Amino acid sequence: MSPLAAYALGLGDDALILAQRLGEWAARAPQIEEDLALANIALDLLGQARTLLTYAGELEQAGRDEDDLAYLRDDREFRNVQLVELPGGDFAVTMARQLIFSAYQYELYTALLGSADETLAGLAGKAVKEVAYHRDHATQWVLRLGDGTDLSHERMQAGLDQVWPYTAELFDPASQLPGIATDPATLRPAWETYVTPVLREATLERPQPRWRSRGGRDGLHTEHLGHLLSEMQHLHRSHPGATW
Amino acid sequence: MNQPNDPGKRGWPLWEVFIRARRGLSHQHVGSLHAPDAAMALRNARDVYTRRGEGVSIWVVPSAAIVANSPDEKDSFFDPAQDKVYRHPTFYDVPEGAKQL
Repeated sequence: MSPLAAYALGLGDDALILAQRLGEWAARAPQIEEDLALANIALDLLGQARTLLTYAGELEQAGRDEDDLAYLRDDREFRNVQLVELPGGDFAVTMARQLIFSAYQYELYTALLGSADETLAGLAGKAVKEVAYHRDHATQWVLRLGDGTDLSHERMQAGLDQVWPYTAELFDPASQLPGIATDPATLRPAWETYVTPVLREATLERPQPRWRSRGGRDGLHTEHLGHLLSEMQHLHRSHPGATW
Repeated sequence: MNQPNDPGKRGWPLWEVFIRARRGLSHQHVGSLHAPDAAMALRNARDVYTRRGEGVSIWVVPSAAIVANSPDEKDSFFDPAQDKVYRHPTFYDVPEGAKQL
Protein backbone atom coordinates (compact mmCIF):
# COMPACT_ATOMS: atom_id res chain seq x y z
CA MET A 1 0.00 0.00 0.00
CA SER A 2 1.39 3.40 -0.99
CA PRO A 3 2.10 6.00 1.72
CA LEU A 4 -0.81 8.11 0.48
CA ALA A 5 -3.21 5.16 0.56
CA ALA A 6 -2.04 4.31 4.07
CA TYR A 7 -2.51 7.93 5.12
CA ALA A 8 -6.07 8.08 3.75
CA LEU A 9 -6.84 4.73 5.37
CA GLY A 10 -5.58 5.90 8.76
CA LEU A 11 -7.72 9.04 8.72
CA GLY A 12 -10.69 7.09 7.38
CA ASP A 13 -10.37 4.44 10.10
CA ASP A 14 -10.25 7.16 12.78
CA ALA A 15 -13.54 8.57 11.51
CA LEU A 16 -15.17 5.16 11.01
CA ILE A 17 -14.34 3.75 14.43
CA LEU A 18 -15.33 6.91 16.30
CA ALA A 19 -18.60 7.03 14.35
CA GLN A 20 -19.31 3.49 15.57
CA ARG A 21 -18.50 4.43 19.16
CA LEU A 22 -20.75 7.51 19.04
CA GLY A 23 -23.53 5.48 17.45
CA GLU A 24 -23.57 3.33 20.57
CA TRP A 25 -25.04 6.31 22.44
CA ALA A 26 -28.22 6.27 20.37
CA ALA A 27 -31.14 5.84 22.80
CA ARG A 28 -28.68 5.86 25.73
CA ALA A 29 -27.68 9.53 25.94
CA PRO A 30 -28.78 11.62 28.94
CA GLN A 31 -31.56 13.28 26.90
CA ILE A 32 -33.14 12.64 23.52
CA GLU A 33 -31.70 15.95 22.31
CA GLU A 34 -28.22 14.62 23.06
CA ASP A 35 -29.05 11.33 21.29
CA LEU A 36 -29.60 13.34 18.14
CA ALA A 37 -26.54 15.52 18.61
CA LEU A 38 -24.24 12.50 18.97
CA ALA A 39 -25.91 10.66 16.10
CA ASN A 40 -25.44 13.73 13.88
CA ILE A 41 -21.76 13.87 14.76
CA ALA A 42 -21.43 10.13 14.12
CA LEU A 43 -23.02 10.53 10.69
CA ASP A 44 -20.68 13.40 9.81
CA LEU A 45 -17.75 11.16 10.69
CA LEU A 46 -19.19 8.25 8.75
CA GLY A 47 -19.44 10.49 5.69
CA GLN A 48 -15.78 11.44 6.06
CA ALA A 49 -14.87 7.77 6.49
CA ARG A 50 -16.69 6.79 3.31
CA THR A 51 -14.76 9.33 1.24
CA LEU A 52 -11.43 8.36 2.78
CA LEU A 53 -11.91 4.59 2.60
CA THR A 54 -13.14 4.77 -0.98
CA TYR A 55 -10.10 6.85 -1.86
CA ALA A 56 -7.72 4.48 -0.05
CA GLY A 57 -9.27 1.58 -1.97
CA GLU A 58 -8.77 3.35 -5.31
CA LEU A 59 -5.17 4.18 -4.50
CA GLU A 60 -4.47 0.63 -3.39
CA GLN A 61 -5.63 -0.71 -6.78
CA ALA A 62 -6.54 -4.07 -5.30
CA GLY A 63 -10.23 -3.77 -6.09
CA ARG A 64 -11.39 -3.13 -2.51
CA ASP A 65 -14.23 -0.65 -2.06
CA GLU A 66 -15.32 1.17 1.10
CA ASP A 67 -17.41 -1.78 2.29
CA ASP A 68 -14.60 -4.28 1.80
CA LEU A 69 -12.29 -2.07 3.81
CA ALA A 70 -14.78 -1.34 6.57
CA TYR A 71 -16.29 -4.79 6.98
CA LEU A 72 -13.74 -7.34 5.85
CA ARG A 73 -10.55 -6.35 7.65
CA ASP A 74 -9.49 -7.71 11.03
CA ASP A 75 -8.30 -5.54 13.87
CA ARG A 76 -4.59 -5.75 13.02
CA GLU A 77 -5.37 -4.29 9.60
CA PHE A 78 -7.07 -1.20 11.02
CA ARG A 79 -4.94 1.95 11.10
CA ASN A 80 -6.89 4.16 13.51
CA VAL A 81 -5.34 5.73 16.60
CA GLN A 82 -6.25 3.92 19.81
CA LEU A 83 -8.09 6.94 21.22
CA VAL A 84 -11.11 6.39 18.99
CA GLU A 85 -11.55 2.69 19.80
CA LEU A 86 -11.79 3.13 23.56
CA PRO A 87 -15.21 2.30 24.99
CA GLY A 88 -17.51 5.31 25.37
CA GLY A 89 -17.46 5.03 29.15
CA ASP A 90 -19.75 7.51 30.82
CA PHE A 91 -20.84 10.75 29.16
CA ALA A 92 -17.80 12.59 30.56
CA VAL A 93 -15.38 10.10 28.97
CA THR A 94 -17.15 10.48 25.64
CA MET A 95 -17.03 14.28 25.85
CA ALA A 96 -13.36 14.33 26.90
CA ARG A 97 -12.45 12.18 23.92
CA GLN A 98 -14.67 14.26 21.66
CA LEU A 99 -12.94 17.46 22.71
CA ILE A 100 -9.47 16.00 22.22
CA PHE A 101 -10.27 14.38 18.90
CA SER A 102 -12.40 17.05 17.27
CA ALA A 103 -9.86 19.74 18.22
CA TYR A 104 -7.23 17.57 16.52
CA GLN A 105 -9.43 16.92 13.48
CA TYR A 106 -10.16 20.62 13.18
CA GLU A 107 -6.46 21.43 12.87
CA LEU A 108 -5.92 18.45 10.57
CA TYR A 109 -8.61 19.42 8.08
CA THR A 110 -7.64 23.08 8.25
CA ALA A 111 -4.13 22.06 7.20
CA LEU A 112 -5.46 19.72 4.49
CA LEU A 113 -7.41 22.60 2.91
CA GLY A 114 -4.10 23.50 1.29
CA SER A 115 -3.21 19.95 0.22
CA ALA A 116 -2.03 19.40 -3.34
CA ASP A 117 -4.21 16.28 -3.37
CA GLU A 118 -7.63 17.27 -4.71
CA THR A 119 -9.58 14.54 -2.92
CA LEU A 120 -8.08 15.36 0.47
CA ALA A 121 -8.47 19.12 -0.03
CA GLY A 122 -12.07 18.67 -1.20
CA LEU A 123 -12.94 16.49 1.79
CA ALA A 124 -11.27 18.97 4.14
CA GLY A 125 -13.37 21.84 2.77
CA LYS A 126 -16.57 20.05 3.73
CA ALA A 127 -15.33 18.36 6.89
CA VAL A 128 -13.77 21.38 8.56
CA LYS A 129 -17.21 22.94 8.99
CA GLU A 130 -18.63 19.72 10.43
CA VAL A 131 -15.75 19.33 12.82
CA ALA A 132 -15.96 22.96 13.96
CA TYR A 133 -19.41 22.09 15.26
CA HIS A 134 -18.24 18.84 16.87
CA ARG A 135 -15.53 20.77 18.67
CA ASP A 136 -17.96 23.41 19.86
CA HIS A 137 -20.43 20.78 21.08
CA ALA A 138 -17.75 18.98 23.11
CA THR A 139 -16.44 22.28 24.45
CA GLN A 140 -19.87 23.30 25.70
CA TRP A 141 -20.20 20.05 27.63
CA VAL A 142 -16.68 20.00 29.03
CA LEU A 143 -17.20 23.55 30.33
CA ARG A 144 -20.55 22.75 31.90
CA LEU A 145 -19.51 19.46 33.47
CA GLY A 146 -16.05 20.64 34.55
CA ASP A 147 -17.32 23.89 36.04
CA GLY A 148 -20.63 22.43 37.22
CA THR A 149 -21.37 20.60 40.46
CA ASP A 150 -18.80 18.82 42.63
CA LEU A 151 -19.93 15.50 41.22
CA SER A 152 -19.89 16.60 37.57
CA HIS A 153 -16.43 18.15 38.05
CA GLU A 154 -15.10 14.96 39.60
CA ARG A 155 -16.47 12.79 36.80
CA MET A 156 -15.31 15.16 34.05
CA GLN A 157 -11.81 15.16 35.50
CA ALA A 158 -11.87 11.37 35.75
CA GLY A 159 -13.01 11.12 32.12
CA LEU A 160 -10.24 13.42 30.99
CA ASP A 161 -7.63 11.46 33.00
CA GLN A 162 -8.84 8.23 31.41
CA VAL A 163 -8.43 9.27 27.76
CA TRP A 164 -5.53 11.72 28.01
CA PRO A 165 -2.74 9.07 27.70
CA TYR A 166 -4.04 8.40 24.18
CA THR A 167 -3.56 12.01 23.08
CA ALA A 168 0.14 11.94 22.17
CA GLU A 169 -0.47 9.23 19.55
CA LEU A 170 -2.50 11.69 17.47
CA PHE A 171 0.64 13.72 16.84
CA ASP A 172 3.09 10.88 16.13
CA PRO A 173 5.05 11.25 12.89
CA ALA A 174 3.43 9.82 9.77
CA SER A 175 4.89 9.03 6.34
CA GLN A 176 6.34 12.11 4.72
CA LEU A 177 4.03 13.28 1.94
CA PRO A 178 5.25 16.83 1.29
CA GLY A 179 2.57 19.17 0.01
CA ILE A 180 -0.09 16.47 0.36
CA ALA A 181 -0.31 15.41 3.99
CA THR A 182 0.56 17.38 7.08
CA ASP A 183 3.15 16.23 9.58
CA PRO A 184 0.86 15.51 12.58
CA ALA A 185 3.42 16.98 14.98
CA THR A 186 2.89 20.41 13.43
CA LEU A 187 -0.78 20.32 14.43
CA ARG A 188 0.00 20.16 18.12
CA PRO A 189 0.67 23.86 18.92
CA ALA A 190 -2.68 24.99 17.46
CA TRP A 191 -4.38 22.10 19.22
CA GLU A 192 -2.85 23.19 22.54
CA THR A 193 -3.92 26.77 21.89
CA TYR A 194 -7.52 25.61 21.65
CA VAL A 195 -7.69 22.88 24.30
CA THR A 196 -5.65 24.46 27.10
CA PRO A 197 -7.96 27.48 27.70
CA VAL A 198 -11.02 25.20 27.57
CA LEU A 199 -9.59 23.02 30.34
CA ARG A 200 -8.66 26.08 32.36
CA GLU A 201 -12.10 27.64 32.01
CA ALA A 202 -13.66 24.30 32.90
CA THR A 203 -11.51 24.30 36.08
CA LEU A 204 -10.01 20.97 35.01
CA GLU A 205 -6.45 19.94 35.68
CA ARG A 206 -4.40 18.94 32.70
CA PRO A 207 -3.54 15.27 33.29
CA GLN A 208 0.13 14.29 33.58
CA PRO A 209 0.05 10.66 32.46
CA ARG A 210 3.04 8.41 33.14
CA TRP A 211 2.50 6.38 29.98
CA ARG A 212 1.15 6.95 26.49
CA SER A 213 -0.42 4.79 23.79
CA ARG A 214 1.42 3.87 20.62
CA GLY A 215 1.01 1.93 17.45
CA GLY A 216 -2.57 2.34 16.23
CA ARG A 217 -1.35 3.46 12.81
CA ASP A 218 0.74 0.26 12.64
CA GLY A 219 -2.22 -1.97 13.45
CA LEU A 220 -1.52 -2.34 17.17
CA HIS A 221 -4.75 -1.93 19.09
CA THR A 222 -6.36 -2.33 22.47
CA GLU A 223 -8.53 -5.34 23.20
CA HIS A 224 -11.58 -3.13 22.66
CA LEU A 225 -11.27 -2.84 18.89
CA GLY A 226 -11.95 -6.52 18.22
CA HIS A 227 -15.20 -6.38 20.16
CA LEU A 228 -16.23 -3.20 18.35
CA LEU A 229 -15.52 -4.83 14.98
CA SER A 230 -17.45 -7.97 15.84
CA GLU A 231 -20.54 -5.85 16.29
CA MET A 232 -19.88 -3.49 13.39
CA GLN A 233 -18.99 -6.21 10.90
CA HIS A 234 -21.39 -8.92 12.00
CA LEU A 235 -24.19 -8.17 9.56
CA HIS A 236 -21.94 -7.78 6.54
CA ARG A 237 -20.00 -10.94 7.29
CA SER A 238 -23.15 -12.97 7.94
CA HIS A 239 -24.84 -11.71 4.78
CA PRO A 240 -22.06 -10.78 2.34
CA GLY A 241 -23.12 -8.17 -0.19
CA ALA A 242 -26.46 -7.52 1.51
CA THR A 243 -28.03 -4.19 0.53
CA TRP A 244 -31.04 -2.25 1.78
CA MET B 1 -45.72 30.23 38.26
CA ASN B 2 -42.54 28.79 36.79
CA GLN B 3 -39.53 31.03 36.45
CA PRO B 4 -38.01 31.09 32.95
CA ASN B 5 -35.22 28.78 34.04
CA ASP B 6 -37.18 26.55 36.38
CA PRO B 7 -35.78 23.09 35.64
CA GLY B 8 -39.16 21.42 36.13
CA LYS B 9 -39.63 17.71 36.62
CA ARG B 10 -37.38 16.51 33.83
CA GLY B 11 -34.24 18.21 35.06
CA TRP B 12 -33.82 20.60 32.14
CA PRO B 13 -36.13 23.52 31.31
CA LEU B 14 -38.26 23.55 28.18
CA TRP B 15 -37.53 25.86 25.21
CA GLU B 16 -39.65 26.82 22.22
CA VAL B 17 -37.85 26.77 18.88
CA PHE B 18 -38.45 29.15 15.97
CA ILE B 19 -36.77 28.65 12.60
CA ARG B 20 -36.50 30.97 9.64
CA ALA B 21 -36.37 28.83 6.52
CA ARG B 22 -34.79 31.45 4.27
CA ARG B 23 -34.20 35.13 3.90
CA GLY B 24 -37.33 37.23 3.59
CA LEU B 25 -39.54 34.82 5.53
CA SER B 26 -40.38 35.20 9.21
CA HIS B 27 -39.42 32.77 11.95
CA GLN B 28 -41.93 29.97 12.41
CA HIS B 29 -42.53 27.92 15.53
CA VAL B 30 -41.35 24.36 14.83
CA GLY B 31 -41.49 22.68 18.24
CA SER B 32 -39.86 22.53 21.63
CA LEU B 33 -36.98 20.82 23.37
CA HIS B 34 -35.17 20.49 26.68
CA ALA B 35 -31.79 22.08 27.34
CA PRO B 36 -29.85 23.16 30.44
CA ASP B 37 -29.34 26.73 29.23
CA ALA B 38 -29.80 29.06 26.27
CA ALA B 39 -26.51 28.24 24.53
CA MET B 40 -27.23 24.51 24.63
CA ALA B 41 -30.85 25.09 23.61
CA LEU B 42 -29.61 26.78 20.45
CA ARG B 43 -27.29 23.88 19.68
CA ASN B 44 -29.95 21.28 20.43
CA ALA B 45 -32.34 23.15 18.15
CA ARG B 46 -29.74 23.01 15.39
CA ASP B 47 -29.38 19.26 15.88
CA VAL B 48 -33.06 18.43 16.26
CA TYR B 49 -34.71 20.81 13.81
CA THR B 50 -32.23 21.73 11.05
CA ARG B 51 -30.84 18.31 10.12
CA ARG B 52 -32.24 18.53 6.60
CA GLY B 53 -31.28 22.09 5.78
CA GLU B 54 -34.50 23.62 7.09
CA GLY B 55 -33.14 26.89 8.35
CA VAL B 56 -30.86 29.89 8.13
CA SER B 57 -31.73 31.34 11.55
CA ILE B 58 -32.86 29.90 14.88
CA TRP B 59 -34.52 31.53 17.88
CA VAL B 60 -34.99 29.74 21.19
CA VAL B 61 -37.27 31.12 23.88
CA PRO B 62 -37.86 29.76 27.38
CA SER B 63 -41.31 28.16 27.23
CA ALA B 64 -42.15 29.79 30.56
CA ALA B 65 -41.64 33.21 28.94
CA ILE B 66 -44.52 32.61 26.54
CA VAL B 67 -47.80 34.20 27.62
CA ALA B 68 -50.75 32.37 26.09
CA ASN B 69 -54.46 33.13 26.11
CA SER B 70 -56.66 30.85 28.16
CA PRO B 71 -58.97 28.40 26.35
CA ASP B 72 -61.75 29.85 28.55
CA GLU B 73 -61.36 33.14 26.75
CA LYS B 74 -61.81 31.57 23.34
CA ASP B 75 -65.32 32.89 22.77
CA SER B 76 -64.63 36.49 23.72
CA PHE B 77 -61.28 36.51 21.95
CA PHE B 78 -62.15 34.96 18.63
CA ASP B 79 -65.89 34.69 18.01
CA PRO B 80 -66.48 38.43 17.38
CA ALA B 81 -64.26 38.22 14.29
CA GLN B 82 -66.23 35.37 12.73
CA ASP B 83 -69.06 37.44 11.15
CA LYS B 84 -67.04 40.38 9.86
CA VAL B 85 -66.42 39.29 6.31
CA TYR B 86 -65.61 42.85 5.26
CA ARG B 87 -62.29 42.47 7.04
CA HIS B 88 -61.16 39.90 4.48
CA PRO B 89 -59.57 41.26 1.34
CA THR B 90 -61.90 39.19 -0.84
CA PHE B 91 -63.50 42.19 -2.56
CA TYR B 92 -60.38 43.06 -4.50
CA ASP B 93 -59.00 41.63 -7.72
CA VAL B 94 -55.44 40.43 -7.40
CA PRO B 95 -53.28 42.37 -9.86
CA GLU B 96 -51.64 40.21 -12.47
CA GLY B 97 -48.06 39.31 -11.71
CA ALA B 98 -48.36 39.85 -7.95
CA LYS B 99 -46.98 36.70 -6.35
CA GLN B 100 -46.51 37.39 -2.66
CA LEU B 101 -50.01 38.49 -1.58
